[in-house]
Amino acid sequence: MIRYLGQRAFHSGFALIGLIIAVFFLARLTGDPTNLYLPIDASMEIRNDFRKKHGFDKPATTQFVVFLGDVSQGNLGFSIRKQRPAFDLVLEAYPTTLKLALTTMALVIVCAVTVGALAAYKPGGVFDRTASISSLSTASAPDFWVAITGILVFAVALRLLPTSGMGDGIEYWIMPVVVLMLRPFGLLVQVVRSSMMNALSSAYVKTARAKGMREKRVIYVHALRNALLSIVTVAGDQTVGMINGAVIVETVFGWPGIGKLMVDSVIQRDYAIVQAAIMVTATAIFTLFILIDLIYVALDPRIRHR
Amino acid sequence: MTTITAESEAVIIRRGLPWYRMLWRDKFACVAFCWLIVLLWCLLIGPEMLGDAATKLNLSNRNAAPGMDDGWLMILGADPLGRSLLARLVTGARNTLSVAMSAVVIAMCVGGMLGMLAGYLGGWVGHLIMRLADILQSFPSLLLAVIVLYVLEPRVANLIIVLAITRTPIYLRVTRAEVLEIRERVFVDAARALGGSKAHILRKHIAPIVAPTLATIMTVDFASVMLSESSLSFLGIGIQPPEITWGLMVAQGRNYLSQAWWLAFFPGLCIMSATLSANIMSSWLRIVTDPVQRWRLEAPQKLEEAAT
Repeated sequence: MIRYLGQRAFHSGFALIGLIIAVFFLARLTGDPTNLYLPIDASMEIRNDFRKKHGFDKPATTQFVVFLGDVSQGNLGFSIRKQRPAFDLVLEAYPTTLKLALTTMALVIVCAVTVGALAAYKPGGVFDRTASISSLSTASAPDFWVAITGILVFAVALRLLPTSGMGDGIEYWIMPVVVLMLRPFGLLVQVVRSSMMNALSSAYVKTARAKGMREKRVIYVHALRNALLSIVTVAGDQTVGMINGAVIVETVFGWPGIGKLMVDSVIQRDYAIVQAAIMVTATAIFTLFILIDLIYVALDPRIRHR
Repeated sequence: MTTITAESEAVIIRRGLPWYRMLWRDKFACVAFCWLIVLLWCLLIGPEMLGDAATKLNLSNRNAAPGMDDGWLMILGADPLGRSLLARLVTGARNTLSVAMSAVVIAMCVGGMLGMLAGYLGGWVGHLIMRLADILQSFPSLLLAVIVLYVLEPRVANLIIVLAITRTPIYLRVTRAEVLEIRERVFVDAARALGGSKAHILRKHIAPIVAPTLATIMTVDFASVMLSESSLSFLGIGIQPPEITWGLMVAQGRNYLSQAWWLAFFPGLCIMSATLSANIMSSWLRIVTDPVQRWRLEAPQKLEEAAT
């Protein structure tokens, strides 16, 4: 088990390095940021000074070696635009996104498991058909459009919820969380339904029923536990995919999270923030994958990673 | 559960029903199919039939509300420059759909080929390909696209390439898994024993078996690629004006949200209906191609209701 985790961590490290190399050189391809930061009438001298100060005058490979040296000392670069260490900015943005993503994912899992399990209980029934169509619809809905329509209806027309911004009250959270829930919910309901249908038609469920066990226990303890493996896999993928949704939701609702920070810094060519944000995000994602492996083992004692 | 006995089922169910009859049995799939045909029309000849209606300015019609007052072209209203929203939607359909289709086809070809190589050759080549797929898949696709699109200019061709790259790992993994299983079968051994080269075996013996699986994935993938493209256009890093796509129309309509809701609403509705249709069609296809579930569509309606 420990050897497996070690191997997994090694592969993740490999992937992380590949990603950093790709992002570093791709970012350098976007062109010299000097012209973007300095006023148009800046003299050649000022420009050269600026390039020298930030190391843009050296070839990209040399810049990369310097960058690696900095990273090994825990320095992830300096944001020219915001005049602060990039790592601090990333760490400030992360709690917002994490709170949003975790709340959403928790709600998604609870709702999807309930709906999916009920739908699988009577395949082809009224509830199942409604659940199938509505899960397909939420999985196909463009999140940015739902967000805009939501603002139009609930904030502009009905004046029930705030149009955007992040606050302490629950009213600020309703629309972002619901919009972010849509796609993972739709996909997860379908997975829960099909894996529950498999589980419910298996021999151990028949045995449990034959023993006279109560139906609730059969569904939620026996069938659900066996269906959980595939649910966890998809939920893990959806958590990663949630960053895609977070970019949109944070942009539309103006939340100062990591998605907005990354898109803004790509557009402003603030290399340092992009690199720092990607390194932190990728590390978080790889850790999540390893955690999911551990959950597998906890859920199903037959799985032993070697 | 099922109240039908085995005999009655054998009598009533006609095997080998033609595909259009099976489509008729599933009303949702039927509607989805018709809508996709309409969209295909928009893609192929729509803009030509409407002429210059999508670009013709008419400032007296600025932000005209939906209605029949100004002729049927204005039925969905007009944009801030007085251009017909309907005509713009049809033109936008061509861009949105052709970008998504090309990206899916490219992703399938590249992913399928790399997957076959990784599965059949194995060794360090396979290892390298799989690690690359790991990197691509472990990172949020939208962010990857944002970064790459900012490096390359946001042109149509680049957009297609970026979307294709982010979708490739799925095809790669599926193909590899299938090939790993197929290459152990007897007919592949036989082909090898008869002196078939690797390229010949991959092309003539393995590719035809993998193809149907990939085709099924393509329908689902088409929907999600369309959503990604729309999100990118919405963020302003997809296709640039004066070209139009549905995502871009939503983004532009966002500025007029309180005065002219139709500007953002209808393009979004188009995106949603197209992705929903593709998703419904793919779940229909899955039932039709699955011999275990096909009876649901082959059995007459009454029998099915009795069964459920």
